[in-house]
Amino acid sequence: MLDIKRIPIPALIGIVLTTLFVLAALFAPWIAPHGNGEIIGDVWEPMSSAHWLGTDNLGRDLLSRMIYGARITLFIAVLATALSFSLGAILGFSAAVFGGWYDTLLSRLVDLLMSIPTLIMALVVLSVLPTNLITLILVMGILDSTRVYRLSRAVAVDINVMDYVEAAKLRGEGSGWIIFREILPNALSPLVSELGLRFIYAVLFLSTLSFLGLGVQPPDADWGGMVKENKDGIVFGIGAALIPAAAIAMLAISVNLVADWVLNRTTSLKGGRG
Amino acid sequence: MADTKAKPGQPKQGLLLDIRNLRIEATVYPPGEPPKNIVLVHDVSLTLEKGKVLGLIGESGAGKSTIGLSSMGYGRGGVRITGGEVLLNGRDILKGGKEGFRKLRGREVCYVAQSAAAAFNPAHRLMDQVVEATLLHGTATRAEAEKRAVALFKKLSLPNPETIGERFPHQVSGGQLQRVMTAMALCSEPDLIVFDEPTTALDVTTQIDVLAAIKEAIRDTHVAALYITHDLAVVAQVSDEIMVLRDGKKVEHGETRRIIEAPRTDYTKALVSVRSIEHEEKELTPTALLSVRGATAAYGGGVVKVLQNVSVDVRPGQTLAVVGESGSGKSTLARVVTGLLPPISGSITFAGRTLAPRLAARSKDDLRELQMIYQMADVAMNPRQPVGTIIGRPLEFYFGMRGRERDHRVAELLDEIEMGKGFMDRYPAELSGGQKQRVCIARALAAKPKLIICDEVTSALDPLVANGILKLLLNLQQHEKVAYLFITHDLATVKSIADSIAVMYRGEVVRYGAKSKVLTPPFDAYTDLLLSSVPEMEIGWLEKAIKGRRIESGGH
Repeated sequence: MLDIKRIPIPALIGIVLTTLFVLAALFAPWIAPHGNGEIIGDVWEPMSSAHWLGTDNLGRDLLSRMIYGARITLFIAVLATALSFSLGAILGFSAAVFGGWYDTLLSRLVDLLMSIPTLIMALVVLSVLPTNLITLILVMGILDSTRVYRLSRAVAVDINVMDYVEAAKLRGEGSGWIIFREILPNALSPLVSELGLRFIYAVLFLSTLSFLGLGVQPPDADWGGMVKENKDGIVFGIGAALIPAAAIAMLAISVNLVADWVLNRTTSLKGGRG
Repeated sequence: MADTKAKPGQPKQGLLLDIRNLRIEATVYPPGEPPKNIVLVHDVSLTLEKGKVLGLIGESGAGKSTIGLSSMGYGRGGVRITGGEVLLNGRDILKGGKEGFRKLRGREVCYVAQSAAAAFNPAHRLMDQVVEATLLHGTATRAEAEKRAVALFKKLSLPNPETIGERFPHQVSGGQLQRVMTAMALCSEPDLIVFDEPTTALDVTTQIDVLAAIKEAIRDTHVAALYITHDLAVVAQVSDEIMVLRDGKKVEHGETRRIIEAPRTDYTKALVSVRSIEHEEKELTPTALLSVRGATAAYGGGVVKVLQNVSVDVRPGQTLAVVGESGSGKSTLARVVTGLLPPISGSITFAGRTLAPRLAARSKDDLRELQMIYQMADVAMNPRQPVGTIIGRPLEFYFGMRGRERDHRVAELLDEIEMGKGFMDRYPAELSGGQKQRVCIARALAAKPKLIICDEVTSALDPLVANGILKLLLNLQQHEKVAYLFITHDLATVKSIADSIAVMYRGEVVRYGAKSKVLTPPFDAYTDLLLSSVPEMEIGWLEKAIKGRRIESGGH
């Protein structure tokens, strides 16, 4: 069904890059030439054959840090996006199907959450709660799920009035079938495109939090945290901060290339058979 | 141009439009395959004299709209004119380029679309849109154009012709909007108007008004017209000649009278005789399967009453047809019976049990024995489910069938609807309109129902396909002994399928009884209007029908 030759080039680039990032994240301890916190040289050494990307502000190998950073960044972003999507989509679909006070209650609650700027909300919550991975993922996931809720509710409201959903209701189907079998497959296209975007927002959000010191705590670091660690070097003309920044950009682009392609495939109403 | 244009009011003579060997192609992009060219119109030639009307008739996909639009050099959605010549007033418009098209469209050739509601910009007043083309081409000043428009409104017998232009599109009814669009086309005094199914979306009682208005306007302004439709009876009323098209090829071309009275090809013969299914009326049994008693229903918390005290019976194995125009409450009746809209008062008994008013309170057997088929088959099926799932789900749901047993039954059902089991893993998008409706019928049958509600099931289909569906429904009724509650606005359909008829008007049943009784005079005023509005395949029917009418139609 999946023929490599039929994948368009942008999607192929996206797939290759994303796979590389994922592999780096999965096999970090085996790939990385040095340990995550190991100090192996001078501060901010330039790129060399020994240290491909040079060293960072404490003299740690930047390439190794990048690879471990990929692990943390992807792990948190994936879990947060998964949480926000399952939460947002299920609540959004059920609000559309059940309607009435359930819908009103949920929608106003979401409005309330959305009326507070996400970053400020996250900063407040994270500074009160203990900063660990679980809180970080929960906070990011729940805050982001409000957006997904709005989108999936809007999409599902339109689908819910289609004749085929009415036919299913007339058959006596329960809400489980209606939500997962009638609505979800038809709402997938906008959700998938949103998924790519939301994942990247999660990466960026995490980077922002880490940059502000509320995200991943040292000695571990995600890419955002690494930008922060090395930002002082820019003043001296040392580009170490730009490398994690470039990695974030590259991940953002490649994931969206893949999402675009998946979107194209899922919009086909002929089961992708043509 | 000015010298060839005769003054309005005088008949024009000579050749206006001459299409030679027109070939139209489009590129399709099937996913996963290289793009390929398909030919939509195969070397069709036609000529149209000034002041004459040519009817283009055929099913969907016959290329009639595509040919019609080619007369203004327009290809809809990536369609390309790849061969032939389109000579208008003696010059080949295809060679004029973009500038040429701009000068031509809205001045020499105008277009009247099928759905007036979708064709008008809802944000602008009608008058501004009616005179727009005239002003853009600079053929008249605003005052002149508006005067002309008002005169046209009058001619098209629109209400308040002086002020109707002040209104917005949503403030006039569908039939009126269609006439306003005709006025818009006539306003710039074109030589040719392309009417693309102008009455198809209208109610039968409104269609006759619009048809008469269009016919009169064509006669008085001596404009030539291409009249595109799939309804032979309609085109017979307005056109001088008819061209029958199929799959982008010309099937037959001739004078209207000749085509209708002595069709030469089998296809045309089928089109002419499409409305004649013989259906023997069954004797009414004393017991009713479904009886609705005094049902009153309303939307908006009881404010808008759409059904008032409706009582009808459906007998086992028989068909009750509910007829009426849009807004008469016939679909609401279906919603009440299915439980989607609980009635304010009244009761529904089904197979000896009293049905709960609300859907949620009904038992699984109640739901199973009462199935529904929708008007739009494409939206009645989940586009993400293959046919096997669509038909198989009721089997799983009601009878707990799984795996091979289920597939076997699905194959049987597919056979019953005259489709092979090869369709099992096709998606709805891979089916034609008629096949989709058949799958919906199979889905309803899968539940082994006692009653199927058919809501305008043939309205969205081409006449020949609709005919096939009706025959299938009649066959199934014989085998499965299922009863139908058949909702339609098309009286020809009613005649060929019903055993008893209920005529609805403004939420009430105005006439009800056995088919033969309902269709025998004396009629009440509304039934008379309804019956006399059904186009008949007879030249001069329109004038006769208009003259014989007793009440005005609602104009929906």
